[in-house]
Amino acid sequence: MNLSMRLFVVTLIFMFLTVVKPGKAHAQIDVFDFETPEQEQRYRQLSNDFRCPMCQNANLSSSPGGVASDLRREIYRMIMEGQTDAQIEEFMLARYGDFILYRPRLTAKTLLLWFGPLVFLLAGVWVARNIIRNSGVKKSNHNRAEAGAPINQDTYAVADIVISDEERKRLNRLLAEHDDSAHNQDNTGR
Amino acid sequence: MNNLKLFLPVIIFMVLAVFMWRGLYMDSRTLPSVLIDRPLPEFQLRSLELGDQLVSAADLPDGPFILNIWGSYCLPCLQENPIFMAAKEQNVIPIIGLNYKDRDEAARDWLELNGNPFELNIIDDTGRYGIDLGVYGAPETFLVDADRVIRFKHIGVINYRIWEDEIMPAIAAVRAGGNL
Repeated sequence: MNLSMRLFVVTLIFMFLTVVKPGKAHAQIDVFDFETPEQEQRYRQLSNDFRCPMCQNANLSSSPGGVASDLRREIYRMIMEGQTDAQIEEFMLARYGDFILYRPRLTAKTLLLWFGPLVFLLAGVWVARNIIRNSGVKKSNHNRAEAGAPINQDTYAVADIVISDEERKRLNRLLAEHDDSAHNQDNTGR
Repeated sequence: MNNLKLFLPVIIFMVLAVFMWRGLYMDSRTLPSVLIDRPLPEFQLRSLELGDQLVSAADLPDGPFILNIWGSYCLPCLQENPIFMAAKEQNVIPIIGLNYKDRDEAARDWLELNGNPFELNIIDDTGRYGIDLGVYGAPETFLVDADRVIRFKHIGVINYRIWEDEIMPAIAAVRAGGNL
């Protein structure tokens, strides 16, 4: 392994190491008392699921921002009041809108967001399939043309055009003429 | 048809390029408020002016007013204060302050030092009322109509251009009772 190769591998390793799940490594520390482990689990889950409206690239649990700690406190309050996850989500949505959700809801507005990548993937598959199929067709046409078989009418590639013997003779003559004149006045520098 | 197929990659590229070019200049830090055209949330809070006596929606001006979220720690609030001072002097519209996540002492000192454009300063020291308003940091400015419905919101500092181009037309529209 040469040096640049080794550098490349080390860079890759670091890239994978830095892609950590948000919220685990830098969670903010709050002092809340829960009655059951289940409540605590829900609190952790919910503060990981909501996005901090101020810092924008962090969830509530990892954000040190003022409004994030306020919202964590609200989540705690609502859990202790016995509200369901759906009710808490409703509370957040009514105040901060869809932005607060890391996983956007499926609405008419977010259709492209949800299925856009799939559309692009399908388009890519379609293009790739056409390319592969066309190259396959060309080869088989070429073989069939040599064997004197009729060719597929759908192909337009120059190599596949079948010419008559008369035409072939004329073509050879023209090519020979061209070669001669090219030799006589060779100004291509070759 | 075949010609169209030939140009398809160029067309796709151009469409994507237009979207991405626009994306470069979109402000992703400003969240669209879900509270537009919703009633101002209820509150029972202290104020800087009235000591321990709680204020509520009943203490707000009768007509349209501006609700400005501010704090003594907030530098952009200091920047936009002269605009509110001028608006107060010219009696443009009543301005209510919401002193957001601040200390009373610091807030009073700040108003004394920099001028107080607010008719009333509601205290939201915990930030709880701010959550009901969908606030995520001072300064934010709401325009509330006579029916106590939030009609307009500006996030971040207000400069003279924004005041003239956005806030004043919004005030005029709300006064006329029309739609924004």
